[in-house]
Amino acid sequence: MADNVENAVNNVSNDGTEANRHAETGNTATPGRNEVELNGQPPTPRPPQVVTDSEEDEDEELTLKYGAKHVIMLFIPVTLCMVVVVATIKSVSFYTQKDGQQLIYTPFREDTETVGQRALNSMLNATIMISVIVVMTLVLVVLYKYRCYKVIQAWLFFSNLLLLFFFSFIYLGEVFKTYNVAMDYFTLALIIWNFGVVGMICIHWKGPLRLQQAYLIMISALMALVFIKYLPEWTAWLILAAISVYDLLAVLCPKGPLRILVETAQERNEPIFPALIYSSTMVWLFNMADSAETRNNSSHPVPQQENQVVMAPTAQPEDDGGFTPAWVNQQQHQLGPMQSTDDSRREIQEMASARPPPAEDDEERGVKLGLGDFIFYSMLVGKASATASGDWNTTLACFVAILIGLCLTLLLLAIFKKALPALPISITFGLVFYFATDNLVRPFMDELAVHQFYI
Amino acid sequence: MTLAVFFGCAFIAFGPSFALFVFTVAKDPLRIIILIAGAFFWLLSLLLSSLVWFIAIKASNSQDLSLQRGLLIFGVFFSVLLQEVFRFAYYRLLRKANEGLAAISDDDSSTISVRQMAYVAGLGFGIMSGAFSMINILSDSLGPGTVGIFGDSQYYFITAALMTLALTLLHTFWGVVFFEGCEKSRWWVIAAVVGLHLLVAGLSLLNPLYEGSLPPVYVITLMMGVWAFFSSGGTLNSLNALCTRRKAEAESS
Repeated sequence: MADNVENAVNNVSNDGTEANRHAETGNTATPGRNEVELNGQPPTPRPPQVVTDSEEDEDEELTLKYGAKHVIMLFIPVTLCMVVVVATIKSVSFYTQKDGQQLIYTPFREDTETVGQRALNSMLNATIMISVIVVMTLVLVVLYKYRCYKVIQAWLFFSNLLLLFFFSFIYLGEVFKTYNVAMDYFTLALIIWNFGVVGMICIHWKGPLRLQQAYLIMISALMALVFIKYLPEWTAWLILAAISVYDLLAVLCPKGPLRILVETAQERNEPIFPALIYSSTMVWLFNMADSAETRNNSSHPVPQQENQVVMAPTAQPEDDGGFTPAWVNQQQHQLGPMQSTDDSRREIQEMASARPPPAEDDEERGVKLGLGDFIFYSMLVGKASATASGDWNTTLACFVAILIGLCLTLLLLAIFKKALPALPISITFGLVFYFATDNLVRPFMDELAVHQFYI
Repeated sequence: MTLAVFFGCAFIAFGPSFALFVFTVAKDPLRIIILIAGAFFWLLSLLLSSLVWFIAIKASNSQDLSLQRGLLIFGVFFSVLLQEVFRFAYYRLLRKANEGLAAISDDDSSTISVRQMAYVAGLGFGIMSGAFSMINILSDSLGPGTVGIFGDSQYYFITAALMTLALTLLHTFWGVVFFEGCEKSRWWVIAAVVGLHLLVAGLSLLNPLYEGSLPPVYVITLMMGVWAFFSSGGTLNSLNALCTRRKAEAESS
């Protein structure tokens, strides 16, 4: 109940300032709440008043009533992304073949003679990768703080370009090889061109909501597949673990880069940068006086409607492309750690999404989740299906674990109402279940299946 | 082997539960969450029980086959007990969550009743249990191979699918009955559920003597279905009304 009281207090303060529509920078305790209030409030501004219990309950109920819906709105795309990755891994052998080629961020090889050497190499790899990510995140925060929006946008644009054209070309080629489909270059060029251009338009400008969501899911899946292919075994697991820790620190620590980014974005009351964020509803630009400035800066991402979910794909593995460091945080909700480098960034945004226009029903509030989260979830499940000897049981266990982690994260979000990282809980559950299922449950289930015993 | 066996066994094993999911759970987000959380709890119980079994295996002589079989049987029964413990734990969690939901809603009642939660939780347990038993077998049935090449039964796949179906339905019914028993504090109900679960697991130990395991398990499934129906508030009258109302509606329309 203490939370409720605190929320009630925040309600009051937020209601009072709603007319100004400026995020309370002083109220840093629950920065997210401000946005929620601003976004979620019905059109008629509430006069500042003591929030009665019923109103507070109504708010709480609203949050929870939409909580289950929001969770499902995120379950579906996360599940779809995982399904795409697992289906590809199971059918296209290209992504499980180790060509011996690795990313430049993971220079140490894991095919060493001793276990100790391998452990050391993988730890070094993970350290390098994480430090690259941290550096990119800081660069992004600095760029954002000094308002170099053009640089960021160009970066996002180019990485999206690479992902939508080059990676999907490779993917399509491998799928054709797997199913022995003959294809001429002209048709292929037509397909890739259309796919890429429509994707760029949908993501960076306007497009139907479902199409945009589909493109974001496809891009996340492509990125996860690249990681599964090019990261060596132990390095991949270590990176997953390390990135969750980094996510936790970057979002919750007062000096964390992601937190700074969120707070800066809130101070400036800027819309979500159309980077790597999946949004489940249309995002409307709020009608603020200073929104014109942001509109000038971020020209493409701010259509009057359309979802802003834009994902900034990360750059290609080989070169440094622009991975967009996590754009993260925009807003209110969660921030994902910026993953840069090849990966994507994740921003975790949960919570009610961007501002619906005043006339809009509260029902339209959506949820946002960073694309980096999609990528790492799918990477975990993809690796589980690629390398686990328990096969489908392990994949299924990791899938359920990640969904439950996401559910818990959203529950915490509903309780704390501030930016929270979406990676730690899910990835922890996923890792625990992966290793436990692969090593403990698999032999047990195998023995049971041999004898046809049922539990 | 081949696609026919794959699709046949998949539909036998998962058809009813998939239909139940689509028609009763898929529309309501809260139920989906309860379903997945139920699956998670079942998974946790399986994890712990396989940990115990694994330790027992590692601590014992791996050459002694009868000991290994004995340990496996112990593992089976321990897993059954642990599943019921986790079912109880899930019941407590859902009660708390329900109270929370009721406390914050307008009219002091939550949007989902304990009975619905019992059904969905049971379904979650059942789906996860069925999936874990069946999915690897299904994926093997797609590929090349000969069933029973070493003298084992030819009916492996179909019996596995039938057993999985029975278990899925049983878990659903057990969920309903168990939660009802907990609500009304009728401990004999809980003991009966645990006992029946142990009995079903014990019957499966008779495999590959399928005559000994499948028919009794299906009889138990039917009985549990009837018990769950009456336990969740159904009556003969309501069944009657269902049939006659439909007829009456058909006549009037």
